[in-house]
Amino acid sequence: MKRLRAWFLAPTWAVMLCLFVAPLCIILAYSLLTRGTWGGISRPWSIESYQRLADPIYLGILWRSFWIAGAATILCLLLGFPLALFISRSGKRKNLYLSLVILPFWTSFLVRTYAWMFLLRDTGLINTVLQKLGLIHDPLPLLYNDGAVILGLVYGYLPFMVLPLYAALERLDRNLLEAAADLGAKPWVALTRVVIPLSAPGIRAGTILVFIPCLGAYLTPDLLGGGKTVMIGNLIQNQFTTARDWPFGSAVSLTLMAIVLVLLLAFVRREEGGLV
Amino acid sequence: MPQVLELDQVSKDYPAHRAVNGVSLNVGRGEFFSLLGPSGCGKTTTLRMVAGFEDPTTGQIRLNGAGIEHLKPYQRNVSTVFQNYALFPHLTVQQNVEFGLRRRAENHIGQRVRQVLELVQLTGKESRYPAQLSGGERQRVALARSLVLEPDVLLLDEPLSALDPNLRKQVRAELKNIQRQTGITFLFVTHDQEEALSLSDRLGVMNGGELQQVGTPQDLYLRPRTHFVASFLGLVNWIDGVGVRPEATRVTKQPAQAGARSLPARVVQSIFLGNCVHVEARMDAGQTVVAEVSRLGESFSEGEAVDVWWQPGDELTFE
Repeated sequence: MKRLRAWFLAPTWAVMLCLFVAPLCIILAYSLLTRGTWGGISRPWSIESYQRLADPIYLGILWRSFWIAGAATILCLLLGFPLALFISRSGKRKNLYLSLVILPFWTSFLVRTYAWMFLLRDTGLINTVLQKLGLIHDPLPLLYNDGAVILGLVYGYLPFMVLPLYAALERLDRNLLEAAADLGAKPWVALTRVVIPLSAPGIRAGTILVFIPCLGAYLTPDLLGGGKTVMIGNLIQNQFTTARDWPFGSAVSLTLMAIVLVLLLAFVRREEGGLV
Repeated sequence: MPQVLELDQVSKDYPAHRAVNGVSLNVGRGEFFSLLGPSGCGKTTTLRMVAGFEDPTTGQIRLNGAGIEHLKPYQRNVSTVFQNYALFPHLTVQQNVEFGLRRRAENHIGQRVRQVLELVQLTGKESRYPAQLSGGERQRVALARSLVLEPDVLLLDEPLSALDPNLRKQVRAELKNIQRQTGITFLFVTHDQEEALSLSDRLGVMNGGELQQVGTPQDLYLRPRTHFVASFLGLVNWIDGVGVRPEATRVTKQPAQAGARSLPARVVQSIFLGNCVHVEARMDAGQTVVAEVSRLGESFSEGEAVDVWWQPGDELTFE
């Protein structure tokens, strides 16, 4: 029995060791080395890369990443909660609506992000239509700013918020809502006192599933934010490509990981049940 | 007794069927009134219309003389004890019981919660969560949560059905006790005739969406107006179109008493039930009857020739 178990787990262990633990160790090693003259890495060992992170420029980028990811997560929650509530109450149509939520995944994220560029740019659909209607004279600056980045992130990660919220709301005993009304709670009070507290596990899971990838996003800020909106993901990418400073890129990556880990633990600790 | 709740020709239609059909009934203040019937008879739908969870298709529901059909559940001074209790799992016993009082922004909340928890014997469990309570305790929290609001009518939807049978009898006695002490009007829905008979001041028997008969337990048991009511409230021997309860049916080896109606029969089997014996006998016409006899009296063996008889006054007759 034990042997069989070991055999079944072996592939997973192999994948985790080769593709996760080993690269992590490599990154850790890189982050503690010095940048080579022509890129790459060289001796001596040093913690200089980590010290450089204290530079206000990088702290600014970190702060910016947090607020953009935070704003996107809150918007996802505000948009996703009513949607999940609606789907959980839709009876036979539930499956149809859930499929619609998942439908965008059938197309590449990159393609969908480009589609947003076509919609938002100065000569894009939205500006063209508004100009033709005579509502505006000059095109609105819809693309290449923080707003566009947040829009792209909300669009991309909304399903990750809706699905866990739906799972939590679906489990909610309908009788509890009747009990709340029966005891004199108006719908808004029933929502805030009963529905929201009881869907907390879904809110927590959705928040984690949206916030973490948003924090590390680089494609969306790169395409929709132009060069202006740099998030921590872009900083890391730059270090490995344009700047050719692998040790610093590694240090930023690990720092981001550490921050996420600490946040996650603080977030999950509050619920004994764990993540979901 | 002043009427607190009146239903006037209340019906409820669903797309496929009529769940409740022209139900009219009055419940007096302080009364323990039960709606009894098999599952699907419309008793729960009737209760839910009083609570406001369902709108009647036609008819009127009046509380203290005023129509309430158009009020939302949170605007009606009635409260429901749900079959599965529907306690808020994220709130403690104290917070569950406070819930309604806080919505009404009432005074002396702490004191009132203390009193009601004492009444249902849950003192000391204030800070427990529902998951940490036994089934019986949860049932009492649900009761306390509604009682504390002093509703005009307390609606109970099969509140004992989730309890195990031993506990059920005990809780039944407590429930009756609490109703007497508080004087609150109870509208109690059940499919258990023993529950309905033992608890109610009056009860109504429902079948197929219709209220068949309303009366005291004695009225309904001894003078049922329909075959359905007679059968639902207990065993009936149907002999030539006449109904006789097993305890009014006699089986003897000697001839019947003068004035009794009697038929010759043979004993099929004798079932010992502890407090009494059920003797099953087949009449010559082929019909089988059950007689409840004392275990202290004669004993019968299979195949024995006996007389089955009963007093005409014990016959159940229908219009």
